[in-house]
Amino acid sequence: MNESLLINFAVVILFLPLLGFIVTLLLGKKVSKIFIFENLVMLIGLILSIVLLIAKVTTFNNVSISSEFMWIDMGDVPVIGQIQIFLGLLLDDISALMIFVVFLISFLVHFFSIDYMKGDIRYNRYFAYLGLFTFSMAGIVLTHNLLMMYIFWELVGVSSYLLIGFWFEKKSASDAGKKAFIVNRIGDLGFLLGLLTLFLTYNTFSFVEIFTEISQGNLPLNSEFGLTITGIFIFCGAVGKSAQFPLHVWLPDAMEGPTPVSALIHAATMVAAGVYLVVRIFGILTADAMLIIATIGALSALIPATIALTQNDIKRVLAYSTVSQLGYMIMALGVGAYKFAFFHLITHAFFKACMFLGSGSVIHAMHHEQDIQNMGGLRKKMPITYATFLISAIAISGIPLTSGFLSKDGILAGTYAFGTLTGHWYFPFIGFLVAMMTAFYMFRLIILTFHGEPRNKEKYEHAHESSFIMVMPLVVLSILSFFIWYTPNPMDPEAGWMYSDWIKNPELHTPENLRFGFMQSDVTSVITPPGEHRIMYSETYTAALHHVHGSAVFLSIAMAVLGILLAFVMYQWKKISADILADKLKPLYKFSYNKWYFDELYHKIFVAGTIGLSRLIAWFDLKVIDGIVDGSAAVTKAFSKSIGWFDDNVIDGLVNLTASVSAFIGLIFSKFQTGKVQTYIIMVIFSLVILLFLFKSF
Amino acid sequence: MEIYDIIFYLFAAITLLSAFFVVTSRNIVHAAFYLLFTFFGVTGIYVLLGADFVAIVQLIVYVGGILILLIFGVMITNKITQVDIKTGTVHTLPAAIGVGLFTGIVGAVILNTEWRIVDSPMPVATLSTLGEMLLTEYVLIFELLGILLLVALIGAASMARK
Amino acid sequence: MEVTLTHFLIVSTILFCLGIYGIVTRKNAVMVLMGIELILNASNINFVAFSRFGNFGLQGQLIALFVIVLAAAEAAVALAIVLNVYKTFVNVNVDEIDSLRD
Repeated sequence: MNESLLINFAVVILFLPLLGFIVTLLLGKKVSKIFIFENLVMLIGLILSIVLLIAKVTTFNNVSISSEFMWIDMGDVPVIGQIQIFLGLLLDDISALMIFVVFLISFLVHFFSIDYMKGDIRYNRYFAYLGLFTFSMAGIVLTHNLLMMYIFWELVGVSSYLLIGFWFEKKSASDAGKKAFIVNRIGDLGFLLGLLTLFLTYNTFSFVEIFTEISQGNLPLNSEFGLTITGIFIFCGAVGKSAQFPLHVWLPDAMEGPTPVSALIHAATMVAAGVYLVVRIFGILTADAMLIIATIGALSALIPATIALTQNDIKRVLAYSTVSQLGYMIMALGVGAYKFAFFHLITHAFFKACMFLGSGSVIHAMHHEQDIQNMGGLRKKMPITYATFLISAIAISGIPLTSGFLSKDGILAGTYAFGTLTGHWYFPFIGFLVAMMTAFYMFRLIILTFHGEPRNKEKYEHAHESSFIMVMPLVVLSILSFFIWYTPNPMDPEAGWMYSDWIKNPELHTPENLRFGFMQSDVTSVITPPGEHRIMYSETYTAALHHVHGSAVFLSIAMAVLGILLAFVMYQWKKISADILADKLKPLYKFSYNKWYFDELYHKIFVAGTIGLSRLIAWFDLKVIDGIVDGSAAVTKAFSKSIGWFDDNVIDGLVNLTASVSAFIGLIFSKFQTGKVQTYIIMVIFSLVILLFLFKSF
Repeated sequence: MEIYDIIFYLFAAITLLSAFFVVTSRNIVHAAFYLLFTFFGVTGIYVLLGADFVAIVQLIVYVGGILILLIFGVMITNKITQVDIKTGTVHTLPAAIGVGLFTGIVGAVILNTEWRIVDSPMPVATLSTLGEMLLTEYVLIFELLGILLLVALIGAASMARK
Repeated sequence: MEVTLTHFLIVSTILFCLGIYGIVTRKNAVMVLMGIELILNASNINFVAFSRFGNFGLQGQLIALFVIVLAAAEAAVALAIVLNVYKTFVNVNVDEIDSLRD
């Protein structure tokens, strides 16, 4: 297998879902079984992506392969210079891993949906949309330039909009779709600005070329501030797509879509695209930008976690948990724990998808009941769903032997090390606090849903374990939540292949003086192969990580166990009454229960503000513009009246005269038209004879 | 006067006389019968011009095909039981004057023209040459005519069935 | 008088004019068709005659063959039209069919 074959594989993987989308959409109404085709396409894509991943981590471990072609050649544009826009694919360690994750979860969700969506009136169209989404996501993952990424970024937004509003007959669903789309647009505006700033400076969209320029010291807008602001602009896109504070409000509402969609888009892949974007541009972030990113991440981890503590809708709890975990990843990137952030992206994708699909299974069994206060005791009815959900919950809480422990512990250690190195202690503080809250609300969810006595007897009686088609993805995903797939040593990710071999530390391109102290290259760690200037991660950070690792492990386990214990005390053994506690902390409880009043706040400021502005403009329009228009209309009307008189009397008279003359002539000549062909022929003959006489050609 | 000339005048007379009867006869079946003789006469003229294959095709297609078709048309469109198979004529006088004048003029044109005549020998057998031309130089027209014939047949059939 | 091109042309002219006369005067549509056949024959005589006396080889004869094919096609289509006319107007008298006037 050589590099060009690998690229061909990537191209096929990219376009397979598009094929599935087009075929399924076009034939959806005619062929009722066409969804099988879509599933088959996804299965092929999955197999190809596994092959790709294996080839990448074995034969091509250290190379990043890219291939490009010229899309638009604008030639020599005045002022700007030579503009040539290239499109292409880039295969490196993270894109190969990511494409595998996307296709695995996408296939499992397709498979799960076969049963979950059964009986829906737009069954095939649903699968077509899933195909479109997978195509766009693959585009984001595989692209080698920012422009293509932006295009697929918007395509992902569209397919997410279509899928959230899939049941558009329901007003709340179509509203949620619109909300997601509009909120995302705000973030995308930032992304676009960042993209244009980079293009204005370098005349290229390609990651590699931009990175090279920056490492040579050419900064955007020729200033250090330019580089910082560009990084933050592009990060805005991630804020929108990954539902980070303050744009996180769309994700909980997006739970109006079908549950498998929530698993695919709003837990595992699309929201991960934001993190992926930050991972891609990690090498050009300045210390200031990273600090802002870490702060946003920390806030996004903390706020939704507090909200999740009190929510009663099973999917909303999971949604806030997702925002919180994504905040973790963003925070990890901000503090420089690049590898752990990406590691957590993958492990989180698996167990969160498993939990969402598990909640889908529960909702399906309970006939679309989503309120956990009406559930309880489902453990006996749905043992497999319970087991897989439990494994995922343990993983997300960060208990050892799970994948979640490995990555989450790494992130916590990363923030800890960051604290020791820079003195920003609130990152580790928030991190450990959120870890406890995560464990608490996850087990609160499990206890209320699966343990105890059924609170709604009628629905409980009808509940049953889901079919094989729905259980199989759960089992696969929960198996992937064990440590063994990532490392042989359950306590230390660094012993494993995923952390040490597959994900590599990025090259840094930011000028030395703009980085955090611990990220500056020290002489001992700079590896300089001939002809290549490669800057590796500083030893300082690695050393700090090792130093705090022990205490971080201890603390994170302690926090998780504390959270779980608290959940059991409050909800299983009922030693502390949750209601009384809520009553005592009433203001806090209400604040959390009402989601910090974000929706109300945004409604007051932006929606009401827009309406007020519109009213003002409408008033201006009615009074001033309409006045001018009416005035000019009156003038025109008077003028038209005089012209109309002239027209009626003079012009029409001439026209009528012409018409009557024509009518008179026509009356004479119409006698010749008998309608009989034979008389016509006689006339032709006579005319011919007359002509021949006239010209005397004989 | 050679024997060739006598035969020509004979055939010309047969052709023109029977053609005259075709256009004047009141009985439509008689007219069809005279048309047969006209075709025979024309066939004879072809033979005199050395066009043996054209003559045979004329005989087969016109006499065997088109004429039969016309007679069928007569029989379908006139109720056979009625004797009203005779048909009248209209405005004969202006037609006769016009056509007569026209004949005179065209005849005068022909007689007053200096024709450049190449006295080539009478062709012996034209069939193989014609066949070769049809399948080489004129093959496109040949194929197009085949398609035209097919389209005409299908069109005629579908129109007649309607 | 030796028979040459002129003789054949005169014969074909007369045949042609008789055909025209037939087309113009006959009431019955089938008779009109017969007139058309006469005209086509007249033209064919011209082609063959020019082929014999001109320096054209056998091209004239070839065109005469093509004309015969066209005549066959024309007869078939025309008769189908006549049948349709018959169904529409119950007769095939050309002089009574004057819907072209409207």
